[in-house]
Amino acid sequence: MQIRKYKAFLTVFFLSLITTGFAASNSSDNEATTEEEPFNASELIFHHIGDSHSFHVYGSDEDHFPKALTVPLPVILWTDNGLVSFLSNEFHHDVDGKVVVEKNGMKFVNLHSKIYQLNEGAIAVDFDEEHHATNAVRPMDFSVTKNVFSMFLSVALILLIFLLSARSYRKSEDNMPSGIGRFMEPIVVFIRDEVAIPNIGENHYKKYMPYLLTLFFFIWINNVIGLIPFFPFSSNLSGNIAFTLTLAVITFVITLFSSKKYYWKHMLWMPGLPVPMKLFLAPIEIIGMFVKPIALMIRLFANITAGHVIVLSLIGLIFIFETFWVAPISVLFTLFISVIEVLVVAIQAYIFTMLSALYFGQALEEEHEH
Amino acid sequence: MDLIKPEIGLIFWTALTFAILLFVLKKFAWKPILGAVGDREDSIKKALAEAENARKEMQNLQADNERILKEARAEREAMLKEARELKDKIVSDAKDQAKVEADKMVKQAQATIEGEKKAAVSEIKSQVANLSVDIAEKVIKEQLANKDKQLKLVEGMLGDIKLN
Repeated sequence: MQIRKYKAFLTVFFLSLITTGFAASNSSDNEATTEEEPFNASELIFHHIGDSHSFHVYGSDEDHFPKALTVPLPVILWTDNGLVSFLSNEFHHDVDGKVVVEKNGMKFVNLHSKIYQLNEGAIAVDFDEEHHATNAVRPMDFSVTKNVFSMFLSVALILLIFLLSARSYRKSEDNMPSGIGRFMEPIVVFIRDEVAIPNIGENHYKKYMPYLLTLFFFIWINNVIGLIPFFPFSSNLSGNIAFTLTLAVITFVITLFSSKKYYWKHMLWMPGLPVPMKLFLAPIEIIGMFVKPIALMIRLFANITAGHVIVLSLIGLIFIFETFWVAPISVLFTLFISVIEVLVVAIQAYIFTMLSALYFGQALEEEHEH
Repeated sequence: MDLIKPEIGLIFWTALTFAILLFVLKKFAWKPILGAVGDREDSIKKALAEAENARKEMQNLQADNERILKEARAEREAMLKEARELKDKIVSDAKDQAKVEADKMVKQAQATIEGEKKAAVSEIKSQVANLSVDIAEKVIKEQLANKDKQLKLVEGMLGDIKLN
């Protein structure tokens, strides 16, 4: 009997994982329709892995401190009439576009954690059939969101760690680190000896070391912050496409600026091949040039987001089945996944850095080295 | 889907933050850390090379020592040989000299003996002569009585002396 139950559970478990993926696409349709709607796992998950204008610490949105706590974050908007900024708690946790905030004669609403500016004369948001706002536009949004806040936190952590490390070197007489520097040095040396030197080469690697090290620790620390499930961590910054896009673009730009003649020759007119083959390969190589950073972007985004989705799905099972008996299994699986995630986040940071170094190395390649 | 729509705000903040972080870390963290690690590695390399040199020097020194020892041994051997030869020579020289000396002494002794003998013989001769003269006197005195007997006696006595 027990085995059958277990099998049934597993079936439901995997089905739910699959369906959350499909449910995601039409989640916006069925939310906010009824007050006591059934538990919507995809909504919960997408709320957690998405960005937000305030940092929810604990409690329900309807309650107030000390029963609930949500840290407000600054909203900074670049509108047609200049810069507008206010704290996000002026929306009163509303994400459905009901609360209208008026600043400098402009009206703003928070719709699904995105700020919309109402058109002239409008007093409330109108929705079309697909629940899109019809009478509002999005201003340029430079708000310090949950992810930006998390990024600042990571920067503070990284600066703390490495300025302390650097100081421990300066204080010692024989260049031996102490304290945290002792933990960080093997990683720094690893990036140098296993990532930079083999991929870029002895001659050029020094120029790229600051970028590779910063990149690795920036991604890694942000990945780790995403794994810690409470305030002020728990954001999904490194699983955000904007974040990975920016880093991938920086790598791409550095690759282009490092590129030598042979890189382009190799791409546009592959040496040592018959002419038809050269003509055939050139477009593929050009596409490949762009695919590399795009793959970087998607790899990090997908891996980190997937980790968050799995953990949230496992916890969501308790609410889907509406029983405590699932909790031990959920917790056990979550623990298992979390342990794997600890590995995955380090590996993803390593892979991003390693591939960046590899692309720099390719761009720097000289003819005779081939 | 929101998930794969990059937000301009986050791109802006990421780029800005990353640039500042890169700049600050490059200046205040990576430069000193990588510099210190590099310096240390250089000093380790240097120390290793020095150790290797010292080892080689030590080997050279050892070889030198051995060579010197060998030389000293050879020298000692040579000195001993020389000493032995010297000793042999001195001994043989001494022997030769002693022999010469002994020969000389023997000759001297022989000469002395010869001289003594001659002196003794001449003494004996003179004594014999004296004795003969005495005897002759006595005989002559007696012969004065008996001339034949006197002559016989002289002749017999002389014959005795010659035998001596």
